[in-house]
Amino acid sequence: MSEPLVLELQVKPLDFLAAGETATQFKETLKSLGLAPEICRRAAVVVYEAEMNIVIHGGGGVMRLQVEEDKVTIMAEDEGPGIENLELAMQEGYSSAPDYIREMGFGAGMGLPNIKRNSDELYIDTAPGKGTKLRAVIYLNKGR
Amino acid sequence: MKMSEIEAILKARRLFDTASIEKEVEYAFASDLMSDVLAFALAGALLITGLTNIQIIRTATMLDMTGIVFVRNKRPLEEAVTLAKKLDIPVLLCQMSMFETCGILYKAGLKPCPIVHEESN
Repeated sequence: MSEPLVLELQVKPLDFLAAGETATQFKETLKSLGLAPEICRRAAVVVYEAEMNIVIHGGGGVMRLQVEEDKVTIMAEDEGPGIENLELAMQEGYSSAPDYIREMGFGAGMGLPNIKRNSDELYIDTAPGKGTKLRAVIYLNKGR
Repeated sequence: MKMSEIEAILKARRLFDTASIEKEVEYAFASDLMSDVLAFALAGALLITGLTNIQIIRTATMLDMTGIVFVRNKRPLEEAVTLAKKLDIPVLLCQMSMFETCGILYKAGLKPCPIVHEESN
């Protein structure tokens, strides 16, 4: 693989039927490239949680998957309200999701912590009113 | 333990016929919080839940979970059934509470997924 493979998909806001389609498609892509099942699963959880965040909080956005020889990079961008207190949002159990989201089994305050625990590197650029840009990197040859 | 054995032990009903019902399961995770499932469930584990929306199937798929038991006589929503069929994930419907379901399966030898917390930085 010399040129990196890049796949980009739009994520619609508040579409809970379609939520998870991006993660499904990205995971299928990674599997078809023959990546290890554990890498595919970790990437799938990162994409799925980031996708749910865009659906729930972000007002829709874009997700990008980039696969290079040594790593998988997942990018999620939205122009939503941004995260007011990132340190708080990274804590397990902290959530700003409304009740109807919780009734679906999400909004338990595990989204960003789940993304972090499945990534080798995580960068989040966010500010109130400025949207959120997330970049997660998973290395292919790094033992856990 | 095979999914078909779990079906028998729980006196559950399979939602649709699939050869995947003969797949083996060693671990299980029970929760109505999908983010907790994503945090703690092991690949290949059985998912036990009372939630019925399509995201349950998606969550199970992300982690390559082997099958799903819906407890408390819950029936997954139509779009969830359609997706489970498409992905060939065996689905069992059980009348018992989550507690009783878990108790029976634990006694029968299914193992819990370990709850591992990352060291906080």
